[in-house]
Amino acid sequence: MRRDTLRDLAVAVIAWAALMVFPSIYESKFAIDFVIRMAAFGIFAASLNLLVGVTGMVSFGHGMFFATGAYGFGLLMQKAAISIPLAMLLTVGASALVALVVGAICVRLKEIYFAFLTLAFQMLLHSLIVAWVPLTGGDQGLTGGLPRPVFLGIDLAKQSHLYGFSATLLVAMLLVLRHLAETPFGYTLRLIRDNPERAHFLGVKVFWMRLAAFVAAGSIASVGGIIMALFVSGAFPEFANWTMSGEAIFMIMLGGSTVFLGPIAGTAILLVLNDFVTRLTEHYGLTLGLIILLFTLGLRKGLLDFIADAIARRRERAGQGG
Amino acid sequence: MLRVEKLRKSFGGLVATNDVSLNFPPGSLSAVIGPNGAGKTTFFNLICGLIRPDAGRVILDNEDIVGLGRAAIVRRGVGRAFQVASIFPTLTVEEQVLAAVLSHREGYGRIDTRFPPADARARAEEVMSMMGLLPRAKTVAANLSHGDQKLLDIALALVLEPRVLLLDEPTAGMGPEERWQMIEKVQELWTREKMTLVFIEHDMDVVFKIAQSIRVLSYGAVLAEGTPDQIRRDPKVIEAYLGTAHGAEAAS
Repeated sequence: MRRDTLRDLAVAVIAWAALMVFPSIYESKFAIDFVIRMAAFGIFAASLNLLVGVTGMVSFGHGMFFATGAYGFGLLMQKAAISIPLAMLLTVGASALVALVVGAICVRLKEIYFAFLTLAFQMLLHSLIVAWVPLTGGDQGLTGGLPRPVFLGIDLAKQSHLYGFSATLLVAMLLVLRHLAETPFGYTLRLIRDNPERAHFLGVKVFWMRLAAFVAAGSIASVGGIIMALFVSGAFPEFANWTMSGEAIFMIMLGGSTVFLGPIAGTAILLVLNDFVTRLTEHYGLTLGLIILLFTLGLRKGLLDFIADAIARRRERAGQGG
Repeated sequence: MLRVEKLRKSFGGLVATNDVSLNFPPGSLSAVIGPNGAGKTTFFNLICGLIRPDAGRVILDNEDIVGLGRAAIVRRGVGRAFQVASIFPTLTVEEQVLAAVLSHREGYGRIDTRFPPADARARAEEVMSMMGLLPRAKTVAANLSHGDQKLLDIALALVLEPRVLLLDEPTAGMGPEERWQMIEKVQELWTREKMTLVFIEHDMDVVFKIAQSIRVLSYGAVLAEGTPDQIRRDPKVIEAYLGTAHGAEAAS
């Protein structure tokens, strides 16, 4: 195996091990819940960054796949009496299919048109969820709890098991995304981000590459939705609302889009803000808006992008000095 | 090798390419010249599939390539560099040349290996060294000098092992020194790779120095074609384009 692959694997194993021992070192229900939500939203935001940061496609409809994940999984568990791994596979497969259809229509479009059409599809799904009351519970959401049959000794009714399961999925999905971004496919996506015209002239089939990125990102986002469905024991129409896509974009903006872990840092920042600001003040939106303003005007980029640039500049200066 | 027949394209009322028929023999080095707005770049765009002609044929090795996509035409061996260097600004020189190598080998969608696969390196280094870009391999393209960006643009086309290479003003925007370096590179490339090379150029010193044959376009139509000597003496060309300076020089 190559050195960079090994390094990523090593980082993943260390992070996973740290997450696994964390609850025994620091016992806190709040922290456990935080990591589970972190897993759900982190997978969601990082998968969106495959489109935004790597391919240069700003989708405003990514929440669509968070919702197909949560609803697909929730419905399968409630109605189909199948095992959790099978329900997960089916959900991810169905989300991929949705992404394939929506993507085939959207990825031909440029920038703002792409953003708006993905948004339109998401709102279509939102309306469908709200309107189809017998299946989805409409406004009330998918309630009544999820059956959680034990598999491989994992009982997701126990919060500690759900914690380990979510943390493992987070690390696994990040590894998949990291791998995709570092393959020839990932570099082809960067070509398309930088200069799609020229990519055509290199013989790249730009449409198919964009579509593949869209499907990959949508499928992985649905895993985030699955974790969320397990966490809240159901699914709610808000998952398919445009604000959900907006939050993922905030997470990327806050954490940075060019550094791989930027969206994860952004997820952590936004969740912390969410939890603390709401506790301190009623003016949550205002405070959050000010903080985001601070990032965009102050740093002019996400946190990790800012740090990475600062390190690069320092190195350059050191290089000139030596 | 490359032949166009009765090629025609108009934009609204403007006829940008007017029944152009030209032949570029295999291994030739030709210049396309003409005043601004003569339709030179449009001519290139028609050949490489960026725009579709209203009528006419583009024949590459006895095959009509009109209507094939850009990617398909590239795969048949038509490479192209642009007037304004068309590169990938956030990637390093090495990264984009490697990515181009993978694209040429149809390995650009692979997810079974990390980038770059070891077997792509040799070819990337060969092309970078051919264009004198090896010292800049680790530089992010946006930070390259103007001249190096133009060289990179050509390098990206070269990776595809074109049999026909179209260069749109390779020396545009360059100072005298950079310009002659570029011209030497182009000539060296042509001698070494034995490709059919067609370039658009405004600098007549450059054109007369290296072109074997010249095509003159004016108002979308072919005004003249011939060897540099013939073109220099052609009264129509002198009147429409060269003006008296080169004409006088040629006459003396």
